[in-house]
Amino acid sequence: MTNDLTQSFVIEALVKIALLIGGLMTAAAYLVLLERWIAAWVQDRIGPNRVGVPLTKIKMFGLGQPLADGLKFIFKEEITPHQVDKFLYTLAPISILAAGLAAFAAVPFGSVLPSDANIPGVEHQIDLVVAPGFDVGLIYVFALGSIAVYGVILGGWASNSKYSFLGGLRSSAQLIAYELPMGLGILGVVLFCGSLRLETIIGVQATNGVWNVVYQPLGFVVFLIAAFAESARLPFDLPECEQELIGGYHTEYAGMRLLMYLIAEFLHMVTAAFLIVILFFGGWHLWGLTGSGNEVTWLTAIARVLVLSIKVLGVILFFMMARWSWPRFRFDQLMALSWKVMLPLGLVNLVAVASLVEFQHGRGGTNWLAVAVMWGVAVATLIAAGVLAPLAGDNRPRWNLEPGGETKGAGL
Amino acid sequence: MKTDDPDIQWIEEPKLGLAGKMYLPLLIQGLTTTTRHLFSPKITVSFPEARPQIQNPLIYRGVHRLNKDEQGRVKCVACFLCATACPAHCIDIIGVESPWPDREKYPESFSIDELRCIYCGMCEEACPVDAIELTSLFDLTGRSREEMIFDKEKLLSVYDQTKDTEPMKSHELGGTV
Repeated sequence: MTNDLTQSFVIEALVKIALLIGGLMTAAAYLVLLERWIAAWVQDRIGPNRVGVPLTKIKMFGLGQPLADGLKFIFKEEITPHQVDKFLYTLAPISILAAGLAAFAAVPFGSVLPSDANIPGVEHQIDLVVAPGFDVGLIYVFALGSIAVYGVILGGWASNSKYSFLGGLRSSAQLIAYELPMGLGILGVVLFCGSLRLETIIGVQATNGVWNVVYQPLGFVVFLIAAFAESARLPFDLPECEQELIGGYHTEYAGMRLLMYLIAEFLHMVTAAFLIVILFFGGWHLWGLTGSGNEVTWLTAIARVLVLSIKVLGVILFFMMARWSWPRFRFDQLMALSWKVMLPLGLVNLVAVASLVEFQHGRGGTNWLAVAVMWGVAVATLIAAGVLAPLAGDNRPRWNLEPGGETKGAGL
Repeated sequence: MKTDDPDIQWIEEPKLGLAGKMYLPLLIQGLTTTTRHLFSPKITVSFPEARPQIQNPLIYRGVHRLNKDEQGRVKCVACFLCATACPAHCIDIIGVESPWPDREKYPESFSIDELRCIYCGMCEEACPVDAIELTSLFDLTGRSREEMIFDKEKLLSVYDQTKDTEPMKSHELGGTV
């Protein structure tokens, strides 16, 4: 009996993994198409609209483009530059893709299936997450996100090229700098919901009927900006910035190995979008549509999956729009934003959430006064950050115009 | 550079206000701009299904043509001014004695290498009798280099093809017709 149970668990997990990896790979391919469309539309162009069904003239709005791109990557020559460290050069893209995919083990892609699902061999209610009941899920996702940095640094180092190396260096500095504010943003949520399990965090928001973003606007801002930086998207794409570093850490890569890097990049964005939705926008919860408990019908179960997917897609669209909306930060501004603005803001948020939890203790329901206080704190802190304005500081060299005065600043 | 030079104007950047320091107006400005463009009409022309609109065919510099006069004869007088003006040396003329009384010479052969040509329009400027002109045909394709060397017949046929849509240059455009 125990053996059967183990077996059914393994099969269940394998089915979920297959679904998730298939879904994620397809999603990543189509997100590339979406990204190109958004880029085109924002620039008043049409975007890819030619590739449809192979060997026919059917165009289908260019929906065949990801397939064509994938084929192109597969049939491309695998160039390994002669000066690279071959082992690390091959290992780097594999590690980053593996870490990116493995992170999804703890990320729920829905709620649960109904208890009367009657799937043969399964007697318990099926959670729509690969590793259900994972008590340190958030830490696990966070840790794997950090492992992805190794892929970037290894790739930059093993390529033995100046551009790649600079990209890797920048990436390491940037990701270390933004992991702290990200952690502080998460900490507020964890403190409020009392769990590191992503399912429980969604459950708390669903039961309260109030999403975390309402309670913790400041934490949301900190986490959002840190998530942008962690997934190295514009305006924080300094590890790659094409205009300065060609391709950054993947300058020397081609073919399938480059494809692995590009997919991993999109997976980071998807992970970040999932985390933003789960931590701050109630996951699968939507008022009046999805219910809140574990008692679901097929209808609500599907509705929850759809609500979660649509929210995630919305966040991804915001990521893609942000790319064309704002210019890239200079590296010192990037560091200043992290250490001088985001870190203090995260600490303020943590203290505010801690106080809120202390005052809320033992009381049910939504305390709208507390919500108002949290928003007041957020606005006040943002204004304080603006007034103190460490980002407006200017370290450019200056001429001293006084006669006999010395010139200040480096490089003059 | 002397820093006390009175001719140097030293300018300070404008100071940011509170809103500017908080990046807020800039964030909103950026998002509204991109969102507006997301839904604005697209300027891409779906070539080849849709043909681009050429604003003024008379000043467009596409494939050459050799103009004909009212009697259907080539207008060219084989003066070699175009071949001399051509910076790419793509015009090749063999001039012989003219069979007609109104000119001394005419081109027995007149060929332009459309692949060497840089479409600068100097030949058109140089021509004293407005015989050579650039049309608005732009999608020129061929399967070999030889095919892309246009001889006199080909250039005259380009005239037949385009004479209705693109009249010869008028006086206002610097022509002599």
